[in-house]
Amino acid sequence: MTRVALALLAFMALVGARDPILVPEVSQHEVQVRQGFIGTELLLFGAILEPDGRRAGRDYDIVVVLKGPTDPIRLREKQKILGIWINADSTAFRSAPSYFAVASSRPISEIVDERTAAIYELGLDYLQLSPIGSIDPAEQARFTRGLVEMRGREGLYREDPKGVSISEQVLYQARIALPSNVQTGRYTAETFAIARGRVIASASAEVEVHKRGFERLVADYAQNDSFLYGLVAVALSLAMGWLAHRLFAFI
Amino acid sequence: MHVYLPIANLAVNGLVIILLGAITGILSGIFGVGGGFLTTPLLIFYGIPPTVAAASTATTVTGASVSGLFAYSRRNGVDYQMGAVMVAGGILGTLIGSGIFNLLQSIGQIDTVINLLYVVLLGTIGSLMGRESLQALRHKEGAPRRAAKRRHHPLVSSLPMRWRFYRSGLYISPFAPLILGIVIGVLTTLMGVGGGFILVPAMLYVLGMSAGVVVGTSLFQILFTTMAATMMHALTTHAVDMVLAGLLLLGSVTGAQVGAKIAVSAKPEILRLILAAIVLAVAIAMAFQLGVRPGEIYSVVPL
Repeated sequence: MTRVALALLAFMALVGARDPILVPEVSQHEVQVRQGFIGTELLLFGAILEPDGRRAGRDYDIVVVLKGPTDPIRLREKQKILGIWINADSTAFRSAPSYFAVASSRPISEIVDERTAAIYELGLDYLQLSPIGSIDPAEQARFTRGLVEMRGREGLYREDPKGVSISEQVLYQARIALPSNVQTGRYTAETFAIARGRVIASASAEVEVHKRGFERLVADYAQNDSFLYGLVAVALSLAMGWLAHRLFAFI
Repeated sequence: MHVYLPIANLAVNGLVIILLGAITGILSGIFGVGGGFLTTPLLIFYGIPPTVAAASTATTVTGASVSGLFAYSRRNGVDYQMGAVMVAGGILGTLIGSGIFNLLQSIGQIDTVINLLYVVLLGTIGSLMGRESLQALRHKEGAPRRAAKRRHHPLVSSLPMRWRFYRSGLYISPFAPLILGIVIGVLTTLMGVGGGFILVPAMLYVLGMSAGVVVGTSLFQILFTTMAATMMHALTTHAVDMVLAGLLLLGSVTGAQVGAKIAVSAKPEILRLILAAIVLAVAIAMAFQLGVRPGEIYSVVPL
């Protein structure tokens, strides 16, 4: 009995000694979208320490994944039929992130094997979109690539293989840009410390993106009080048209 | 000048949007066309989501047409009776159009149909108008031009019942403008445009209305159709972006006044030739997207 307890204790101590602690932080936990918002840059930083407070003392790789709210979507694909491009094929995904950014200290393929990358969604190649219904893997891969490329052009999916810098084996930092066209909602920033192809510590932080002030008001009214909103829009256009007419009548 | 659009969810350069609005307005003032056929594709090209672009353009065209309408009503350039018949048809058409829109959207072919409509309608109208104005210009250079015969299309005279439309100088069946209104209403809902670029030539060449009231009456019809379209978008798609519409309006209401002033001083044949060129350019750009290379192969629809 005592032997088992001792063994367990020794195991715990060993595990504790081997796995370092990750202390992550984000430069801002709240992003306010208001007039003049042209996107922002989040600074994700932190430290890796041994449990007893010493610095880690060996090389780690850090991967940071920032993920926006997910939506169920249908993705349509255009194909050339009878000489014109029309929507031909489509597929549905249950959870497509509206934003997805990965930054790492080295290219992902040098840090972990494919299996580990797929488990932790490290990189755009390993995005888990949960397709609805059964489609064959080749087709699924084609659609996923299409979505990744399109959202990449919109600045919403990004990958930076040299985006994390680690100094003195202790401190790490990554800058990730949020463009102005991001969706509002809760974003999660996950940080992974990886050594010899194994994730040895991970931690997550949250960032809330929301509209404020006038922008919030407009968005709320458009959604919840749409009849009034429509009337105001019509009134605005009539008033501005009339005003211009009056002004020009004097000129 | 960066401005954040709360419904479109992105930041744009405000000056570019105002300039776009001004182009819409000038076209509206000169030709009585809403200019939506130009603004909507340009906004989409700029990165605004298509639904938001169509909905907010409708709101903008309302402002531009009310501004121009005042200018024309001062000159007795509006046939209100004809306009009212067309508005009735337009509202009917809007309802039919939204049914077709939903059907096409559910089978995923709405953007193809919109592109095809753009190519076919703008292409046809652009080339007809261009040829006609070139002929008119050539005539002018040579012998004095024969007085243009103003006749409505034979089909129009075969319709039952006849009303007098004094201002238009017509004695025709009210079903002709009603059907025209319905067609425009359907197209407005499908394409997100005011429909003036179809309305004006149709009034001239199908109904044979007198040229002096064509533009004013077209603005009258567009005003009501786009007001209905704004309300419909606000209620169903929630895609009217007040900030985007405000910026576009700033440009378009001023543009409409400038346009109305240009219209009285410039040669109508040359103006028509310019409009034909713009219409054809948009048609060719759309045909390129359809036949050669679409902007994006993939598109996302929320489930």
